[in-house]
Amino acid sequence: MKIGRRSFLSFVVGGAAGTAITPLPWKLTDDSSIWSQNWPWTPVPPDGEYSQSDSVCTLCPGGCGITVRKVDDRVVKIEGMKGHPINDGGLCLMGLSGLQLLYGPTRVKTPLKRVGKRGEGKWEKISWDEAISEVTKKLADIRSNGESHAVGSIVDSESGTVPNLFKRFLTAYGSPNFMTMPSIQDSYGMTLQLMHGVSAQAGFDAENADFILSFGSGIIDGWGSPVRMFKANSAWKANGKKVVQIEPRLSNTAAKSDKWIPIKPGTEAALALGLANVIITNSLDSKKISQSTGFESFKKLVQNEYSTDKVSKITGINSATIVSLAKNFARASKPLAICGKGQGSIPGNLNEFMAVHALNALVGNINEDGGVWAVTETDYIKWPELEMDSVAESGMQKERIDGAGSEYPHAKSLLNRLAEVINSGDGSLEVIFVSGANPLYSMPDSKAMKTAFDSIPFVVSFSSYMDETAGNADLILPNHVYLERYEDVPTLAGLSKPIVGLTRPVVKPQFNTKHVGDVVMLIAKALGGGMADAFPWESYEACLKETLGVKWDVLVKKGFEFNGDKCILEGDFNFYPEAMKSLSNFSPVSVEGSVISYPLILIPYDSIRLANGYIGDPPFAIKAVEDTVLKDKNSCVEINPKTGKELGLTEGRYAFLHTPRGKAKVKVHLYEGIMPGIVALPRGLGHTAYDKYLAGKGCNFNELIGPTEDPVSGLDAAWGIRARLTKV
Amino acid sequence: MKEEGKHKKAKKYGMVINLDECTGCGACMVACMAENNVPFKEDESNKLDSIAWMRVYKLTNGKSYPEADICYLPRPCMHCEGDHGHSPCVSVCPATATDYSHETGIVSQIYTRCFGCRYCMGACPYHARYFNWWDPVWPEGSTKYLSPNVSPRMRGVVEKCSFCFHRYQLAMDKAYFEGRTELEEDEYQTSCTQACPAGAITFGDLNNPEHKVHQLAKPDNKHGGRPGNPNVFRLLERLGTNPKVYYMSSREWVRRAGDNYLDNEDFAKNYRR
Repeated sequence: MKIGRRSFLSFVVGGAAGTAITPLPWKLTDDSSIWSQNWPWTPVPPDGEYSQSDSVCTLCPGGCGITVRKVDDRVVKIEGMKGHPINDGGLCLMGLSGLQLLYGPTRVKTPLKRVGKRGEGKWEKISWDEAISEVTKKLADIRSNGESHAVGSIVDSESGTVPNLFKRFLTAYGSPNFMTMPSIQDSYGMTLQLMHGVSAQAGFDAENADFILSFGSGIIDGWGSPVRMFKANSAWKANGKKVVQIEPRLSNTAAKSDKWIPIKPGTEAALALGLANVIITNSLDSKKISQSTGFESFKKLVQNEYSTDKVSKITGINSATIVSLAKNFARASKPLAICGKGQGSIPGNLNEFMAVHALNALVGNINEDGGVWAVTETDYIKWPELEMDSVAESGMQKERIDGAGSEYPHAKSLLNRLAEVINSGDGSLEVIFVSGANPLYSMPDSKAMKTAFDSIPFVVSFSSYMDETAGNADLILPNHVYLERYEDVPTLAGLSKPIVGLTRPVVKPQFNTKHVGDVVMLIAKALGGGMADAFPWESYEACLKETLGVKWDVLVKKGFEFNGDKCILEGDFNFYPEAMKSLSNFSPVSVEGSVISYPLILIPYDSIRLANGYIGDPPFAIKAVEDTVLKDKNSCVEINPKTGKELGLTEGRYAFLHTPRGKAKVKVHLYEGIMPGIVALPRGLGHTAYDKYLAGKGCNFNELIGPTEDPVSGLDAAWGIRARLTKV
Repeated sequence: MKEEGKHKKAKKYGMVINLDECTGCGACMVACMAENNVPFKEDESNKLDSIAWMRVYKLTNGKSYPEADICYLPRPCMHCEGDHGHSPCVSVCPATATDYSHETGIVSQIYTRCFGCRYCMGACPYHARYFNWWDPVWPEGSTKYLSPNVSPRMRGVVEKCSFCFHRYQLAMDKAYFEGRTELEEDEYQTSCTQACPAGAITFGDLNNPEHKVHQLAKPDNKHGGRPGNPNVFRLLERLGTNPKVYYMSSREWVRRAGDNYLDNEDFAKNYRR
């Protein structure tokens, strides 16, 4: 075609007109300006009046003081409370991300009744009246059939008013099945019971100790009251105190210690007794203790059975290291030994606890500065004596379903046995209440726990969040979260001086929730008779005020009560109680699985960045998890490069991790800080519930391991399980 | 006002992080996210696009079991002074969206000026800058906890640690209101410093001999602020970026990990006068 003046002009005019008419260039200009400018849907947080309010964090048993910053009626930040005796301004990442639990998408906003199959996620919103009458009807039926002992409850701990309300409720109703989530406190409590004959928790004057010997306790991985331990650790560093960490993996605690001594897992008790032997043989023991009951038998035990050479063989630690460790420990002016692995969620082997406590006694640090003290259970709960009717009395005569108090006379609660008892048909429950706990996720062999729950006809959850247990319940009666309610928070987690804190409503309840204490009382009142009489209070708040008495005003004003006095660990110390007799013939804590099909050993590890109890990681916390722990949707396992080479596994490869209890797809992370032959998997991942920021990420360690009953306590002593890694 | 400003000694806010005390708990990262309205996505395991103004790195000594050792290193923005305020990022920004303040020593980031060229990210040797590849999305109800002190960012801009500059502004407002022009040391502290449960972070004015940061780092301003304390080092010291974040460690391998030294190189000479 010839291009003339005419055709050129019509092309230009046509082009210009076309450009003007088509929306494309305008759209592009608009888009590019939008791209580089503020967008209307970018939120502009409204300003307002600033204020502050003090409260207590309840996301773990640590009991840190918090100060919340508010703008009008919105809470915009949680910070550590300055001047608080536990955390003095510092706060861990869970505490800092608490607002994502308050305002986040995982809240249960109103009472829910299941309409689909269990765990299907189909719910009907119901009113509180309907919800309470639903429970009441069920309980009244069971009680009139004389089956009152078939009702059980699982709560987070046994201290504080809310657990005690549950206990009182069950007692008045006629059921002994008050169960608590397991922790090392169970083992420490039992140790003091057996060796001192007192009912107390162990308290550690860690700040003042100058030689800390830790048998795998995650001092800076969340053991005890985490922020308090962080602070103690910094103080040790600043003042040149020594920390020795004994565990098979270079954890954060091991890396920060002065000496890391890898040990064959499950042999910690032997090491403690081997150290005791060196101390006694070299006459380094505290002279005042040698008069104690059982000292001679204890001496005989360690000298005959725990010679350095023998212990070296059992533990895999060389003899010179054992001897120098024992000498350094005994010669320190304020030595302190602690145990309870990782964050302390598994109670552990009772012999190990007793051996470690004997070691402390041997160096004479009980009731001394920098040593072991007692923390007595909360003494302010003095409710009127319960008047039990005949149903309650006969119900309370029945044996507990978990065998605590009967099969295992020293134990108070053995939730680790519940799944097996129910699944093997040795016992059954009609109703279970779950409050402040998530057993379907956090109990070992969580799949078996789910099977057990499936056979309980009526599961009631009091959870504020849609966790695994709530998701599998028949009825959810959502509690306020800690920022919306009053509640006492007694802190026992290893502190040498007891503290009681008070959470307070810093915001009004965001949703149609009710305080669990009020709900328990409403159910009791609806049941009428002796049940109603057992709860003479108008509301939970009235009950709390009356219970705390003079403490209430102090708590409301300050947020915590702390008199700064340590509690003496009383009772007659016995070096060698009957329960320790099995140590005369040492065998390591058994581990499930055969060596032939499972040549490796899987151990869990805890990280302060991963919550593994009732609370799951909020979005900020999961964001802070390293990519060598969680990558895409997979948990990473740590293995020694040597092990990796033997198995042909390289960094970042996918693999299947098999154990006798389950199988999971994982990513391989080669780590020089782990003993060859051992596989380490982080705890706290593999949730199936909560929100999309947490669910479906990684695998749950508890699906791969089962509980191992400690022969003395009945508590779970499993520290690992045999495993196999295969290429994908 | 102008005359007054002239006589005031310039501030140089900086940080000393004690790596012996740092436990790698990540509280600083979350304290920062919560303070500064940092967004989050469904998957944050790709750390290249995971926005973390403060990021904790894990260092290893490279030795085999059982001699292996690890150490954590929190990395905020280094607020480099470079040579008279010529920080690497400031020098390349075509929009003056990032600037060095001679008054406080803080490197600013103005989101509405930034048009997303990401030159600054290329220039920053510390990977302290992050790009918003997507619009931030807060789940339903979650915008309630957003702080009005820090504006949420939009898609297409770069963001980074500001040393919680809004806290400086609030503290200064309060000081002016009370008729003062100077701040006390504890009046202006960053969110991460305040939250650190181990107390490993110290923050303050490096020019003020009474502040703890000055006493710990002993900065030598005649030689680009290099530390006078033998246990203190800075990241990539030899680049001449003159960062204001100092690290402290008693372990030699950790101090050595601060720059790319040759195996047999005497790294301490870079700190000798």
